[in-house]
Amino acid sequence: MGKYILKRILIAIPVLIGITIIDYVIMCLAGSPLAMLQGPRVSEAALEAKKIALGLDQPVYVQYFVWLGQLLQGNLGYSMKSYQPVSAMIGSHIGPTLLLMGVSLLASMILAVPAGIYSAIHQYSKGDYAVVTVSFLGSSVPGFFFSLLLIYIFTVRLGWLPSGGMTTLGTEGGATDVAKHMVMPVIVLAFSMAGSNIRYIRSAMLEILQQDYLRTARAKGIGHFRVINKHALRNALVPIITVIGMEIPVLFGGAVIIEQIFSWPGLGLMTMSAISNRDYPVIMGVCLLSAVVVLVANLVTDILYALVDPTIQLD
Amino acid sequence: MAWKNTDRKLHKIWRRADKKYGSKSAMAVSMIAGYDAESAEKKTDISGESYLQTVVRRFKRHHLAAASLVVLGVIVLAALLAPVIAPYDPNDIVGPFAGAPSKEFWLGTDQIGRDVLSRLLYATRISLLVGVMATVISTVIGVILGLIAGYFGGVADMIIMRFTDIVMSFPYILLVLVAAAIFKPGLWNIILILGFVDWPGIARLVRGNVLNLRETNFVKGNIVAGMPLRHILFSEILPNTVAPILVYATSVLALSILDEAALSFLGQGVRPPEASLGNMLNGAQSLTVLTTQPWLWIPPGLLIIVIVMAINFIGDALRDALDPNSGR
Repeated sequence: MGKYILKRILIAIPVLIGITIIDYVIMCLAGSPLAMLQGPRVSEAALEAKKIALGLDQPVYVQYFVWLGQLLQGNLGYSMKSYQPVSAMIGSHIGPTLLLMGVSLLASMILAVPAGIYSAIHQYSKGDYAVVTVSFLGSSVPGFFFSLLLIYIFTVRLGWLPSGGMTTLGTEGGATDVAKHMVMPVIVLAFSMAGSNIRYIRSAMLEILQQDYLRTARAKGIGHFRVINKHALRNALVPIITVIGMEIPVLFGGAVIIEQIFSWPGLGLMTMSAISNRDYPVIMGVCLLSAVVVLVANLVTDILYALVDPTIQLD
Repeated sequence: MAWKNTDRKLHKIWRRADKKYGSKSAMAVSMIAGYDAESAEKKTDISGESYLQTVVRRFKRHHLAAASLVVLGVIVLAALLAPVIAPYDPNDIVGPFAGAPSKEFWLGTDQIGRDVLSRLLYATRISLLVGVMATVISTVIGVILGLIAGYFGGVADMIIMRFTDIVMSFPYILLVLVAAAIFKPGLWNIILILGFVDWPGIARLVRGNVLNLRETNFVKGNIVAGMPLRHILFSEILPNTVAPILVYATSVLALSILDEAALSFLGQGVRPPEASLGNMLNGAQSLTVLTTQPWLWIPPGLLIIVIVMAINFIGDALRDALDPNSGR
């Protein structure tokens, strides 16, 4: 067990280094920060001085290590627009994103776990077909179109829900107000996630139902209810852990578009405005952070998985 | 014992690949897990029907998929024939500004007086082109890398798989958005970006299959017989992994179409005046269009859903139909 965890961590290290290299290369491709300064009123000498001050006269790999050193001290660079440190910007925007992601993940699991298990137990029944069809719909509907439809129905036609933001302007806010603003983005994110989760949990559950130990349990004659609830469900927890772990990168990506549409003041909205402003330090800071989060999430999932299922081994 | 471990590992890889690449691949797990190349070879049906006949018969059993095939066929045909059947030129101003649907303009006209139906036909063409080309590119890259990693193993495998891990760690849509921002939006850039970001899932899938196939007797026999490497890779191993690749590619196709739509919707994809299903929806970000001109944004949105769902259903039925061990 210890050996497996160690091996898994050792594999993650080169991946982490690779992530920083790719991040750095993309940032270099995006253009030099000097280009922002260029203009008729800036002299060659001033540009040269700035170049040396920024360390751009050194070879690329030296620049990379300087950048990496800064990174290890928690310095992600400065925004080209607001001159604020990127880490501070991320810090002030991450709260709403985590809230939205957490609630959506929870909602999608509440939907997907019972639906997937029901579908597997009643395989090939009408209910199963209905669940699977809905899950296909979930993964086929573009999130942005679904958002527009919801805004059209609930904001424009019915006037029940606010179309965007996190709190009503000019009010204190409060939990109910935030919850009202969250309904539509959560529905969109949860529905699209549930789409693939349902089918994943269904196929995992079908696999479990075919196991020998379940046949044994059935043969003991303890009854359908106890076979499912005592023997099958407990084992279905293992794939559910993996589902949650693997949903995290999807959430990070999906949130960008959904936050943009609902003007949810989180990381996604910040990233989108950085993208339209070509504010590369901010974009790459977010990319780096999310890649690291995904990597860590995968690592934790794998370790948890190994803890729950002792038969898993790496080579 | 060795094969048992590989098997477990593959299982896990698929599990992960599934989640990331969603939908169809969840099914691919069960299919590939039970996919035994040798049984595909020796399976001769008692009824004497060929493999292709079996596949067609099994596919037809999925009514939704059969219907999807017809629907998709009609859409593809309409898109291909757009220059013939479109009532107006998609970029010409032919009617009133934001006119409601009428006898003359079936789906109305947009803010600057272009016919929505004609634009919709041309947009479908562009969106399908982006989806298909991106899928072809990512499948080719994924298959080549997967073959190399799986067959040669060792250092090549290490490097390719770590690189795959790295690419998979970046949230997909973020990577695409950043690439689109750097390389300037445009039709071919979008195709290349989607193609170059989408391959890790296929690479993992192919690698896993190759690892399994390398242990089979017919491949070992080829090695012992001293067959050239080219023959072993392309005439023995590749044909035996075509089925799962095909199934996986359908899900990549569905995802590529969705991603193009999302990118163009955000103004980072196909550029106006060229119409794509995504950028036709872009106008709906304005409140007037959203509230008073639903004919401008509902048809392209519905069309995306229909196309993607049809592809997903077809992929699902293909998975079942192509599985040599499904036994029905």
